[in-house]
Amino acid sequence: MNARLILEDGMVYHGKPFGADNDVFGEIVFNTSMTGYQEIITDPSYAGQVVMMTYPHIGNYGINSIDMESEIPSLNGFIVKELCEFPSNYRSEQSLDEFLKSHGITGLQGIDTRAVTRRIREVGAMRCMITFSDLPDEDLVEKVNASAQMEGSELASSVSLKSVKSVGEANAKYKVALIHYGMKGNIARELVKRDCSLLIYPADVTASELLDKQPDGVMLSNGPGDPAAVKYAIDTIKQMLGKVPIFGICLGHQLLAHAMGGETFKLKFGHRGANHPVLDKSTGKVEITTQNHGFSVLPESLSDDVEITHVNLNDGTVEGLRHKNLPVFSIQYHPEAAPGPHDSRYHFDRFIDLMENRA
Amino acid sequence: MNKPESVLIIGSGPIVIGQGAEFDYSGTQACKVLRQEGIRVILVNSNPATIMTDPELADATYIEPITASILEQVIIKEKPTALLPTMGGQTGLNVAVELAESGFLKTHGVQLIGAQVEAIKKAEDRDLFKKAAAAVGLTVPVGDIATTWSDAEKLIGKIGFPAIIRSAFTLGGVGGSTAYNMEEYKNYVERGLTASPISEVMIEQSIIGWKEYELEVMRDRADNVVIVCSIENFDPMGVHTGDSITVAPQQTLSDVEYQEMRDKSIALIREIGVETGGSNIQFAVHPGTGEMMVIEMNPRVSRSSALASKATGFPIAKIAAQLAIGYTLDQITNDITGETPASFEPTLDYVVVKVPRWDFEKFPKADKTLGVQMKAVGEVMSFGRNFREALQKALRSLEIGRSGLEEPSIHPLFDDSDGRMRKKIKKNLTMVRSQKIFDLRAAFIVDMTVDEVYDLTKIDPWFLNQVRMIVEVEKSIAEAKGNGKLESEDFVRQIKEQGFSDSHIASLNGISEQDFRELRKKMGVIPVYKTVDTCAAEFRSNTPYMYSTYEEEDELEPSDKKKVIILGSGPNRIGQGVEFDYCCVHAVMALREEGFEVSMINCNPETVSTDYDTTDKLFFEPLTFEDVMNVVDAEKPDGVIIQFGGQTPLKLAKSLKDAGCVIYGTSPENIDLAEDREKFGKILNDLNIKHPAYGVAYSVEESVEVAKKIGFPALVRPSYVLGGRGMEIAYDKESIREFMKRAAEVSPEHPVFIDNFLEGATEFDVDAIYDGETVLIGAVMQHIEEAGIHSGDSACVLPPYQVSGTELKLLRENTEKIAKALNVRGLLNVQFAAKDGEVYVIEANPRGSRTVPFVSKATGVPLAKIAAKVAVGITLKEQGIGEPKELKHISIKEPVFPFTKFPGISVYGGPEMRSTGEVMGISHSFGVAFAKSFWAKGHKLPESGGVFLSVNDNDKRKVVEIARDFAEMGFELIATGGTCSVLKENGLNVKPVFKVAEDRPNVVDLIVNGEINLIVNTPLGRSSRFDERAIGDAAIKYQLPCITTLSGAAAAVRGIRALKSGGVMNVKSLQEYHK
Repeated sequence: MNARLILEDGMVYHGKPFGADNDVFGEIVFNTSMTGYQEIITDPSYAGQVVMMTYPHIGNYGINSIDMESEIPSLNGFIVKELCEFPSNYRSEQSLDEFLKSHGITGLQGIDTRAVTRRIREVGAMRCMITFSDLPDEDLVEKVNASAQMEGSELASSVSLKSVKSVGEANAKYKVALIHYGMKGNIARELVKRDCSLLIYPADVTASELLDKQPDGVMLSNGPGDPAAVKYAIDTIKQMLGKVPIFGICLGHQLLAHAMGGETFKLKFGHRGANHPVLDKSTGKVEITTQNHGFSVLPESLSDDVEITHVNLNDGTVEGLRHKNLPVFSIQYHPEAAPGPHDSRYHFDRFIDLMENRA
Repeated sequence: MNKPESVLIIGSGPIVIGQGAEFDYSGTQACKVLRQEGIRVILVNSNPATIMTDPELADATYIEPITASILEQVIIKEKPTALLPTMGGQTGLNVAVELAESGFLKTHGVQLIGAQVEAIKKAEDRDLFKKAAAAVGLTVPVGDIATTWSDAEKLIGKIGFPAIIRSAFTLGGVGGSTAYNMEEYKNYVERGLTASPISEVMIEQSIIGWKEYELEVMRDRADNVVIVCSIENFDPMGVHTGDSITVAPQQTLSDVEYQEMRDKSIALIREIGVETGGSNIQFAVHPGTGEMMVIEMNPRVSRSSALASKATGFPIAKIAAQLAIGYTLDQITNDITGETPASFEPTLDYVVVKVPRWDFEKFPKADKTLGVQMKAVGEVMSFGRNFREALQKALRSLEIGRSGLEEPSIHPLFDDSDGRMRKKIKKNLTMVRSQKIFDLRAAFIVDMTVDEVYDLTKIDPWFLNQVRMIVEVEKSIAEAKGNGKLESEDFVRQIKEQGFSDSHIASLNGISEQDFRELRKKMGVIPVYKTVDTCAAEFRSNTPYMYSTYEEEDELEPSDKKKVIILGSGPNRIGQGVEFDYCCVHAVMALREEGFEVSMINCNPETVSTDYDTTDKLFFEPLTFEDVMNVVDAEKPDGVIIQFGGQTPLKLAKSLKDAGCVIYGTSPENIDLAEDREKFGKILNDLNIKHPAYGVAYSVEESVEVAKKIGFPALVRPSYVLGGRGMEIAYDKESIREFMKRAAEVSPEHPVFIDNFLEGATEFDVDAIYDGETVLIGAVMQHIEEAGIHSGDSACVLPPYQVSGTELKLLRENTEKIAKALNVRGLLNVQFAAKDGEVYVIEANPRGSRTVPFVSKATGVPLAKIAAKVAVGITLKEQGIGEPKELKHISIKEPVFPFTKFPGISVYGGPEMRSTGEVMGISHSFGVAFAKSFWAKGHKLPESGGVFLSVNDNDKRKVVEIARDFAEMGFELIATGGTCSVLKENGLNVKPVFKVAEDRPNVVDLIVNGEINLIVNTPLGRSSRFDERAIGDAAIKYQLPCITTLSGAAAAVRGIRALKSGGVMNVKSLQEYHK
């Protein structure tokens, strides 16, 4: 059986399907991490997207029940050069193919993933479809062009919680309110490790509901979609500014920037991988970071109260912000790693310090 | 930190097993980048075959022995502000530590950069390392240090068998062995204690069967740390990583496990205290539990870092040098993208496979199984978009007669219904054989399961499944025979994606490679070229570092410039080493100077030629007809140059020309004239040039007849060899018959060549260039050893030291005649033997030779560069090249042998080349130059003490004079049996000693007791083999100089005399010699 990958610019690639066999649409993005496909597949930030791995052998160490960033994958499709049918690792419980099948995610292999990556790099972010249909290429290209745009899409609510969830020891030292915009599980785990108890809220939680519980700090999670479209969250954050320490990651960082009066823009094709160098301007040190974002904070849009603390050394984009007067900071990349390097875990410690100093 | 004004770089010395050409690559990178920074670079290396010792690469280049006292002289003379010790392997590091610890560096205000002594000690001293590892939560295999046998005896109770015994501060794991019982244990402990310069062995728990990984880590002075590359060993723990097939990136660790390894690596490099630069850290992971141990760490650039640099495009040595002078990673730009910084971790979108190359056929008596002591002499690397493709490309790069994962003796559809093959394979799999990858293929051909193979080999099932998949495809290709499937584009594309070569596919289908190639091209199944860009295409790259694969998009952008492709020399092996890479790199430089766009095709990751910096375009590809022609078809160069890469490209000459390639330089037809004995003999006869009588035999009896006709002794060389015995000298009919039975398979297809052997003749090498108008004689060199020892294994003197004017004239004239007769365009090497006033031609090679770099260093004339320009039609006159200046200094090249790696092999020279590398000594007197080269090779000539003499009957007359010289210089003469009598008869005072078989104390006892300082032992023939072997083994074990020819002994006498009469081993740079 064959399937096709159709890009909105008209490029068509032929491959072999695996996983589920549904036609899917989405924004095609490439991730350059060589390991960590399980964490990537289960990262809710990929909602609305078709993820393509640049490393050609994927599935080598199978899937286990531990390295999950959420219970179910939220991405629309998954593309690799070669799927491993015979995983080998003592923790492996099932193959990647079985896992995707069981979650109804369509996969495609046998694609010249490097060619597609170069295409995305040159043309910019594009919509795509993986299709099993017999229709001619032109018709399918038309369909892709009629599909939903990432810009303007509010996707956080689709992957958030339905109701508040409590995590961690009740007598933990810090009470953290964590807003789930499509949270990766490891954010919660890193906080719990640091003696935090968590109340995890749906994306549309109101400021008063959250502040009523008198948390020591608020954590804004990562998540999918266009930050500018998550108006309700921006409003909520605005109301909390100055009232409680806030730490934002990824979408949380972008929402915070909006709440502080800034703006975001869509990057040409985003940053997704585990090797991006980020400079911490306060220490002059470079950390190797995990990244997954298609939007970025526009530095010119930031007010004088907001300081850029971290920058991406590859393209100079904003990677971290701090409010000069309020206990508020955020980073664009992923201190919780999973997958990727652990260089940036210190941000969780900074958050703890911030809560400690306010106490 | 202020940038140092001048930096001293120490090279790694001669190429030996465990320390190869990779350090030429790293040292060259360091020299280049430091000079770009405006820093004065002073280089010391004893190895003339390297690019790094090119006078253009440093401000002062010292080809001198790498010893503390020589370096002290260099430091006093050059006053460097800093010393960078991490580029020259273990050799460079050890001597730097010695200089630091003696306080010399401090006294002379030289700052150690790149690695501090404390950090080096922490990484290399097993005990300190264990503590450092524990401090970051890592365990090391249980073990401890022993300095005596009784320590070791106690330890083994704690550790248990199997145990690994490694000697401290050695390279390539000398003395490292696995013991399974007490007897082996005692044996290995003693050997290890002897091999260690500090008499220390590390004994540790064996974790054979664990998965093995390496991480290449870099740290800068701002404490930024990045992992450049992860490497997974195909072979599990128990095989030295230099002998393992390795893969980058790692394949079977999940992100959780990989990140833990990354965290620990970073913590460890900090704990050890490597302030700047690269380190290599090796880990073992238990396949069933994930338990991780750290095995070792090298706080310097290494073989693996060279591999990692080539595999990722991240130049570790270059960046390490920049970090050492004060840069931080974020201040350095990634060369490949040209815009992003070096403070990142390369990400790969391909698979890289390295396969070692062994030369066991050169050492028939050596133990051919693999273990913790490295035995490989070279390696190849290849790229693929899947593991199978990369593996098969690597296997066909090896030049071992395999065009991929194939073995002609076992057909993929082999029917093993009686199970005999299976039984044999199972037995093979329990041993760690160097041909294991082919054993694995055989296992899957007879339908063994992955589980069964895993149980026997502990190779990760992921790899085993990949091998199994290759075998499945191979079976499908064999099944396609005659059924028309090969006409199917889909099928052909599928099998090409799995890395199958045209010749493998063709042979399975009973058609010719050319026919299949045509068929494939007609279908449009041609390779595309992808870029190695450090970033998986996330950023644009302007550096055309390419590899082929079968996929959709081709990234190659051929230019319309004047362009040429130079073919490299493939994996290093005995007989074809770094010298040829030197020639290739010079050819590249010369033709770039002439405005050509130069591409290189090569598959050896250790070399300078495969640095993306060296050429305009680099194709990291096997050097086979198929792979080269694919590049030629894609690039359409004006011409291809084949004369610099040794035999490897030469073998392709004819088929490339037949396929329509323009070959620049000497034509393939004329190359063939020189290679074909009959045709070449006729040319020599026509030119009236003498050559040893020769003949060809097609049967055992005929060989005896031929030998009788041309006269004994005869040099016998079969065209087809069994068991690796290439060449032998036969003194009578019986030994010819015996040799033929033992070593040669003679038949009408496989004739035997027989030459009259000119016993006692003096050998000469001449390197020349011919452009069609003028012959340039680059150098005439004289061998110290007489005929009978392979030219590559002889010491070589430039200019000749004992030659008559008539001989010299004949050598030059005959070279000129041959150059003209072969219509050479470029380099020509001619080997001569002179005897009784006659000069004979032994062979002529119209290509770059092993001696080209030595000649260039000795004379200052860059022969390879000149020849490359000649090859593209620029005459010597146009280049302004005249006769070389008369030399006022003497240069001596000495070979270096791998005897310590192969206990039990004979230390006596013969017609089969066995040396892995070379060193050079330069001085204004022969004696001092010899003493230097001897020292560079590993032994300082003794100036007093005992000389043991034992020579064969032929040498007995001549030994007297040499012995007298030794006695006059105050040495005590010690001899056995016949030699002793001869010396006594001639009135010399000799201390008699028993032979090993006679009684005790015998000669070996004296060696052990330190009463002997120099051994002169010429091979005695069959009857005394036992003694020879015992003496040779003892010499190696107790690191005594052992000279095996009288001409060598005579040279040593001159060396010792020079030293004793006030000749000082002064240092002088090449730049000063050639001023």
